[in-house]
Amino acid sequence: MVKYFACVGLLRSSWDQVCMAFWQRYPNPYSNHVLTEDIIFREVTHGNCLVSRRLLTKTNRAPRWMEKYLPVTMARLAYIIEDSIVDPQARTMTTLTWNISHARMMSVEERCEYRMNPDNPSWTEINREAWISSNLYGLSRAVQVRPHPGHWRSMPQIGPGRLHWQLKRRPKTWPHRLRRNSSLSDLALVLTERLFPTLFPKGLVQSTVL
Amino acid sequence: MNSVGEGCTDLKREYDQCFNRWFAEKFLKGDRSGDPCTEMFKKYQHCVQKAIKEKDIPIDGVEFMGPNKDKP
Repeated sequence: MVKYFACVGLLRSSWDQVCMAFWQRYPNPYSNHVLTEDIIFREVTHGNCLVSRRLLTKTNRAPRWMEKYLPVTMARLAYIIEDSIVDPQARTMTTLTWNISHARMMSVEERCEYRMNPDNPSWTEINREAWISSNLYGLSRAVQVRPHPGHWRSMPQIGPGRLHWQLKRRPKTWPHRLRRNSSLSDLALVLTERLFPTLFPKGLVQSTVL
Repeated sequence: MNSVGEGCTDLKREYDQCFNRWFAEKFLKGDRSGDPCTEMFKKYQHCVQKAIKEKDIPIDGVEFMGPNKDKP
């Protein structure tokens, strides 16, 4: 079962600035969990679009008791791929980000389209979509994503001068805040998000238990 | 930012500096005069691809924009 979510956001910076900042987003104070970043493929197409593939390594905060049941690299690290196409003629940038580790447990894909805001050319509009699926019994039924504007307001803001991404913190969610009528699969989803948070785009999962 | 290959970080940073300058001053302005960072990129790639193989990171056979192809 695949769950789908979409939202639109606005950045008060020009599309050019957004694209330049996109390649310089790491490191930043809000992404300490990102350990490494590498461009592993890049070329300019015949149509003058820039296509790139970026490999990210993120920390994976599995508890120690779980580490012995996971392969060494999976216990501590998560690998994410981000593909992108920048079209300077059309003034669009499309990115697709997904996890290539832990994919059997949870698959999270996020697609973003950045384009000039039609009402204000010095601003940038982001169309954001996400697909979440899981093959784990019980968890696949619990994967429910509710559009919650508050959580998806974690849009990067770009200030003047040196460009910095500022991501709003997502609210903490803890199992003890489960409602009384929460099911076992609701608990499984919350625990999975707690154990492998770096697989989830910030603020995406708003479990029905909360 | 560090590279996944510990010995590749300097090559990565050198390439990133070149790319960011070219991207802002040429590519986004429609200048198709060519990428001056090609040689730097080749050296960086040689290093990082070796590190990816050594760490057994599963990037082989992953189609570009692959997971999204069937989605509406």
